[in-house]
Amino acid sequence: MPDLLSGRQLRRWLPWLLIVVAALVLPVLLPPFRLNLLGRFLSLGIVALGIDLIWGYTGMLSLGQGIFFALGGYALGMYLQLASLQPGELPEFFSLYGVKSLPAFWQPFNSPLFTFFAIWVIPALVAGLLGYLVFRNRIKGVYFSILTQAALLVFFNFFNGQQKLINGTNGLKTDTARIFGELVGSDAMQRNLFWLTLVLVIGAWFLCRWLSSGRFGDALVAIRDDEPRLRFTGYNPTAYKTVVFAVAGALAGISGALYTVQSGIVSPQYMAVPFSIEMVIWVAVGGRGTLIGAVLGAVLINYAKSLVSEQLPETWLFIQGGLFLLVVTALPDGLMGWWRQGGPARLIAMVGWPPKAATYPSLDLDPEVQAEQRRFDDGSHGGAA
Amino acid sequence: MDLLYDTLFNGLAIGSVLVLAALGLAVVFGLMGVINMAHGELMMLGAYTTFVVQNIFKAVLPEALFPVYILVAIPLAFLVSGLVGLLLEKTVIRRLYGRPLETLLATWGVSLILQQFVRSVSSAFAIGLVLAVAGGLLIPRFTPKRWWHQRWTPLLGTGSWVLSGLIGIVVASLLGEQRTLDQPWFSARNIDVTAPTWLRGSIDVGAVNMPAARLFIIALTALALVAVSWFLQKSVWGIRIRAVTQNRPMSACLGIPTQTVDALTFLIGSGLAGVAGVAVTLLGSVGPNLGGNYIVDCFMVVVLGGVGKLAGTVLAALGIGVLSYIVGSGSLLLVWPAMPEALNGLISFFATTSMAKVLVFALIVVFLQIRPAGLFPQKGRMVEA
Repeated sequence: MPDLLSGRQLRRWLPWLLIVVAALVLPVLLPPFRLNLLGRFLSLGIVALGIDLIWGYTGMLSLGQGIFFALGGYALGMYLQLASLQPGELPEFFSLYGVKSLPAFWQPFNSPLFTFFAIWVIPALVAGLLGYLVFRNRIKGVYFSILTQAALLVFFNFFNGQQKLINGTNGLKTDTARIFGELVGSDAMQRNLFWLTLVLVIGAWFLCRWLSSGRFGDALVAIRDDEPRLRFTGYNPTAYKTVVFAVAGALAGISGALYTVQSGIVSPQYMAVPFSIEMVIWVAVGGRGTLIGAVLGAVLINYAKSLVSEQLPETWLFIQGGLFLLVVTALPDGLMGWWRQGGPARLIAMVGWPPKAATYPSLDLDPEVQAEQRRFDDGSHGGAA
Repeated sequence: MDLLYDTLFNGLAIGSVLVLAALGLAVVFGLMGVINMAHGELMMLGAYTTFVVQNIFKAVLPEALFPVYILVAIPLAFLVSGLVGLLLEKTVIRRLYGRPLETLLATWGVSLILQQFVRSVSSAFAIGLVLAVAGGLLIPRFTPKRWWHQRWTPLLGTGSWVLSGLIGIVVASLLGEQRTLDQPWFSARNIDVTAPTWLRGSIDVGAVNMPAARLFIIALTALALVAVSWFLQKSVWGIRIRAVTQNRPMSACLGIPTQTVDALTFLIGSGLAGVAGVAVTLLGSVGPNLGGNYIVDCFMVVVLGGVGKLAGTVLAALGIGVLSYIVGSGSLLLVWPAMPEALNGLISFFATTSMAKVLVFALIVVFLQIRPAGLFPQKGRMVEA
């Protein structure tokens, strides 16, 4: 392995090395509370990946990902409610509302296998159906955003109002349930969940990378950039959009389930309107159209939020509102986009240290030229290997 | 029969608030294709303006004048919300022209800032804010000329905003030591506006009891509608607005100042939100979260009504109002007491305000399957792919 330390090889291995080290070191270094927070934020990275897929690549801004997020959470929450009961018992809250027998739709959640599928298949089906109804009529742009938001409100009102079915506003607690004989809320279990989340984030990242490259990915980008042209070329955008929306829904469901077990409760608040819009801003700050940016954005912003909310709770809304404005006006491609387009180099050049240039600085620093150069390099490398 | 009138009246009353709230949104959306997420917060500003006007009348002016404060509040609320809207258009929305999804996110950011602003504004805070804004605008003008052509000149604007922001924060926190300056003006609690006596009674027509406040809102809505449609149909600027709505590039070619038209429309749309805010204060106490309760309903009105005609907005809002009232109050059960058990169960299932919303939104989505562009779509020959 002569060139293991050369630039290109290093670039390829370093992220993985860092991830493995982080996975092994962080649980030792961080106190359980912080580790749990990190696990939660990483699980939010999965829903952000889904949003990146439908917004960053396909250009559809969904303000209703909270629906699928919460559906995944509720699926797991219902299973955990049932799993810790003796046969014949009902979850505690049912007795408060005078419900004598388990509602029919709870029955399948006795089965762990069903739950395993329900976590991602149910959100995907709901997303697919909703998406199909909307896309079929060529409803898009802001109309699509508004409709997803309305759908979110519908689900929120429904879950919030139905005490007798799913405990309404109070939601379902998962902390006291047991998986494999271990309390869900215990430190050891939370550490395992952190690892599980890490693995699933990486899995989701690979899935999104696979979907966003190749012909399918090209079709998505074509929908974003010029949908009529794609249609006139003989493609059917509805199918692509429905599929990708369903995939984003499934990712949101998985994310919601992971978030639920790590925060100990699932409640209709997961379907609150502001939360779903926040999800979008994670992607926007991280950099839409860059998958790693979505995860980074989710983790960074949520960490910032928890830090600021601990210290100066009333300033968080100002900061968040400012972030929305700043990202949209000054950093349309987010942090990763800024990084990849040579933002840091340009910033350093501005304060007086222009980087050494092989040709002319104006040419060498031009992001377009650099992108072309990179594409050329990667292409020749891929051809040789 | 009385029940019919009662239902109609209450539905009309709910619907007319919606008309008033959605009118401005519809005009702006029709013209610029911009969804203003801060519309609800502009309503809230109108409501708070009413509160301030009321307090001034109580504290300063003779008691005999108190009953007319609401008539003073209406134009003032129009002005306050309109000016804030104008500022929003000039600073944010103008930069994002042709990027509707980004505009949506940016205006959401603005709405968060406005909400928190109302919660935490105090005298110290206001002074700090004024200093920060003045500094940000003025510092660049007083920098030496030779700074204007440096490599780092682009950083000058950012730098001066950061500097003046810091100055503002320091001044605000120093002044905040003073107890009197630190008192929040409104705080996060809800505020109550006392309706003047002539709006507190009610009028009985037959067996239908019509609260005066509701009648006043209906009259106000009618007045606003007449004013807006007169403005759009007859006045020079109204005709220009309609021309730009129909075909922006062509209007620009013919010499219509489209940027001024945009600014003016935004001012009017925001001002109408302020008037809606005045109306809302008559219905109960209002708080910083007022906007969130109305915004999604307003979007639904715009989606359902289409952007072609004002009539669409009116019809959609009244339809949603009447339908929500009928479903939410369960008055069908009163009309037809002997209905089959299954239907009865279904109707009482939806007979709460929030569940009525669920049903109405579901119906809207179904309706959009038949008429994807709403009741009165904008007619044109463009490819709507």
